Amino acid sequence: MSALPLILTVFVACVVEAVEALTIVLAAGLTRQWRSTFQGMAVALVVLAVVVVVLGPTVTLLPLGVLRVVVGALLAIFGLQWLRKAVLRATGFKGLHDEAAAFEREVTAAREAGAVSRGLVTDWYAFTLSFKGVLLEGLEVVFIVLTFGANQKNVGAAVIGAAAAIVVVTAVGIAVRAPLAKVPENGMKFCVGIMLTSFGTFWGAEGAGVRWPGNDAALLVLVPAVGLLALGCVGWLRQVSVARAQAERAAA
Amino acid sequence: MMARLKSIWEFWYDFVIGDDWHVAAIVIAALAVTALVVHQAGVNAWWLVPACVAAALIWSLRRATS
Repeated sequence: MSALPLILTVFVACVVEAVEALTIVLAAGLTRQWRSTFQGMAVALVVLAVVVVVLGPTVTLLPLGVLRVVVGALLAIFGLQWLRKAVLRATGFKGLHDEAAAFEREVTAAREAGAVSRGLVTDWYAFTLSFKGVLLEGLEVVFIVLTFGANQKNVGAAVIGAAAAIVVVTAVGIAVRAPLAKVPENGMKFCVGIMLTSFGTFWGAEGAGVRWPGNDAALLVLVPAVGLLALGCVGWLRQVSVARAQAERAAA
Repeated sequence: MMARLKSIWEFWYDFVIGDDWHVAAIVIAALAVTALVVHQAGVNAWWLVPACVAAALIWSLRRATS
């Protein structure tokens, strides 16, 4: 199988998470202090890199059948989570993730926090805010890099996708110096959810002993099928939403 | 100590399982049943996991919006 779907899926997933991390880093840097913010970000990136370096080779040592069923299950569960959230947001049953509002919340909290210095870190609040933001958002990317990469025996390609996304988002963030509120996060999450669910289903079933009709070519049917299912769910919930609004108007 | 362990558990639960544990349960059950059907009955049930995944998504969305 080509490495392109792997790189693209990891790239898009990583862009979504990097945009959210950027919002937190900007809030810490612009309202507190850039030096401590960068220190927190650097330490978080080192921790994430260590996780990939340590777990990457370990995961690929597992027997392929076990790896596929475990990773397939995790990817399908993870993908369905993303897809569920994206469908609920697209249909108004859950609020859209608003980077501008998230930035304002972080800025307000950062302004109210006191200044504490610890060791080499002159502003502990900026350090921990940046560290936690990058680490927590980065963990999802590490999970996707390891599971997706290990299953295709190509963690390197997954790392390339993630690194490219971090470079792009960082470059745009430096140029704009504001939260990237215009990035269509929900649409991207929707696409990544479709890919993770499809690949998780494919690998999980294969690990359970299934032989897919057409082997790897089955993915060419599975990915669009999951996409159509998700779009169908969006259409269905939009109808539910409209019907409820009409019923409420009629009752008023 | 207990509070810290609890917060670690809550983080990983939220990270892996998410808002609806039924989805994870359905996926795991589907894979287990598929393995049984394939290895015990000798039936190549490739359709079982996709069908359960579709059902899990629809059911979870229905629960979330009802």
